[in-house]
Amino acid sequence: MSEHTTEAVVQAPAVQDESLILEAVKEFFENRVAAVGLVIFIIMIGVALFAPYITPQNPYDLMSIDIMDGKLAPGSKSFDGSVTYWLGTDSQGRDMFSSILYGLRISLGVGVVSTIIALVIGAVIGLWAAFVGGKTDSVIMRIVDLQLSFPAILVALILLAILGKGVDKIILALILVQWAYYARAIRSNVIVERSKEYVEAAKCLALPQRRIMFSHVLPNCTPELIVISTVKVASAIALEATLSFLGLGMPITEPSLGLLISNGFKYLQSGYYWISFYPGVALLILIVSINLVGDRLRDVLNPRLKR
Amino acid sequence: MLAFLIRRISQSAVVLLVMSLLVFVGVFYIGNPIDILIAPDATPAEYARAVHELGLDKPLWEQYTIFLKGALHGDFGNSFVYNEPALKVILDRLPATLELAFTAMFIAVIFGIPLGMVAGMKANNWIGRNIMRFSILGFSLPTFWVGLMLIIIFSVQLNWLPSGGRGETVMLLGIPVSFLTLSGLAHLILPATNLALFKTSLAIRLTRAGVQENMQMDYVKFARAKGLSETRVIGLHVMKNIMIPVITVLGMEFGSLIAFAVVTETIFAWPGMGKLVIDSIGVLDRPIIVAYLLITVTMFIIINLVVDILYSILDPRVRLGQER
Repeated sequence: MSEHTTEAVVQAPAVQDESLILEAVKEFFENRVAAVGLVIFIIMIGVALFAPYITPQNPYDLMSIDIMDGKLAPGSKSFDGSVTYWLGTDSQGRDMFSSILYGLRISLGVGVVSTIIALVIGAVIGLWAAFVGGKTDSVIMRIVDLQLSFPAILVALILLAILGKGVDKIILALILVQWAYYARAIRSNVIVERSKEYVEAAKCLALPQRRIMFSHVLPNCTPELIVISTVKVASAIALEATLSFLGLGMPITEPSLGLLISNGFKYLQSGYYWISFYPGVALLILIVSINLVGDRLRDVLNPRLKR
Repeated sequence: MLAFLIRRISQSAVVLLVMSLLVFVGVFYIGNPIDILIAPDATPAEYARAVHELGLDKPLWEQYTIFLKGALHGDFGNSFVYNEPALKVILDRLPATLELAFTAMFIAVIFGIPLGMVAGMKANNWIGRNIMRFSILGFSLPTFWVGLMLIIIFSVQLNWLPSGGRGETVMLLGIPVSFLTLSGLAHLILPATNLALFKTSLAIRLTRAGVQENMQMDYVKFARAKGLSETRVIGLHVMKNIMIPVITVLGMEFGSLIAFAVVTETIFAWPGMGKLVIDSIGVLDRPIIVAYLLITVTMFIIINLVVDILYSILDPRVRLGQER
């Protein structure tokens, strides 16, 4: 702890030394499991981004799907013999592999976008609360506490019951669910940082408060923010999948992994397990790989755990 | 204490009022119920009369006051689907949800606490590490995904347990319960396990942290020095000290079990409140949606209030009414 304090003072105003970043990267890869998690996560992002170029068919182009190919088992050939469905097809004859990659795109997109927006909103509010203090601070924190006392799924349920389905609505719901975590984390971090000497030094230089907040204190909170937001991306993706599975989230035109699983659920009892099983596996791999990365980041970036 | 109580209760009332306004405006005002209630080929005159009869031509605040007055008397209007008072429809399904939630909590306690103690005692060997891996999975996997896997494995592949419904129920003190019949028990196992997974992971973590903290304490050293067996030291002395926080946190989490039951009930077709509200959202049965949301929010507010009060009684270090 004391070591960290001196580091922060030496490096004020909080520009990370390049060697420190390198060191953190090296330390990250010392853990094999986390390294594998990171590689898988990067691959997942890659296939999601380039889905149209990788997939054998566009599952939402009606010209390319054939109802005759409906509910084919994994590994079977298409009716006209041109494509092999390695993961089977759904009831409409869509290739599951292609559907999963397109679904991954939507799931990742929604999760990442909502997390980034929530992060920005939460960070600004948390920073503001910590710096202003007094009544504003206690009112904001009371709202944060109140919201965090309700489980995320209930908050999302209320919002979606009111607003209805839609990509924009689910992103809004995910932002509303997440912002409070960031606000609370930032605020407590800022309160610790504010009492450090580099802030005092900045104040002595009569720098404007906004500059101290955003260019001195905020960068020192980034490690914590990175850790929380990685884990939160995973939980946002999981929550979106859950809501879509319940039929509250994504509209049928934007099938995320959760919606794919939900579509296949009807056929589970009839033995067509692959329609929901493989999207489920993709979701599992995505969430677990993000969590592995997040866990390792916490160990690497958290100065309190370092000796 | 009294000042704290008054402040908290009035705060809770404000929150409830805001929630009711939000839900009312959102569900009844933005989503116009008249389109569902009236035949599509109705003449403009009939339409206007229906609007007038339902009071939809009144200003918003007046409609809200009427709604609020009804809600305070437990009248949320009749369900469009069941044609019964919404509150009654929900309360009919409450026992099923509560049974599921209590069973899940039971499972979480009887598996989570022993596993957490083992993980705490053997933090560095493979058993402890694997228990912690399991708990990480339990935290990060979405509930519905695990439910899906349970169905694929235990009902579709192995064909051991039914995948949906509640099975036979018997009346216990006038409430239908399923854990007393064999078929009911078979139907209960999978959904309860599914719902319990998250809380089991939580119980493991809390217990492990508690054990590790307490093992450093002097009273443990003293008990060992007395020559007590390790099982007795852990099972009795340490256990006593960790139970209070573990049970309190799990108790606080009971409300979230009922919220998460929405997911589990939908997967396993368990006829509880959660499945009811999801179905109702699907068919836009607005009185049920509003009643469910307000009842659940009220329940949460009450649980939070009770927990805060209990904390002050259990742990005198917690000072209520002291603002930071």
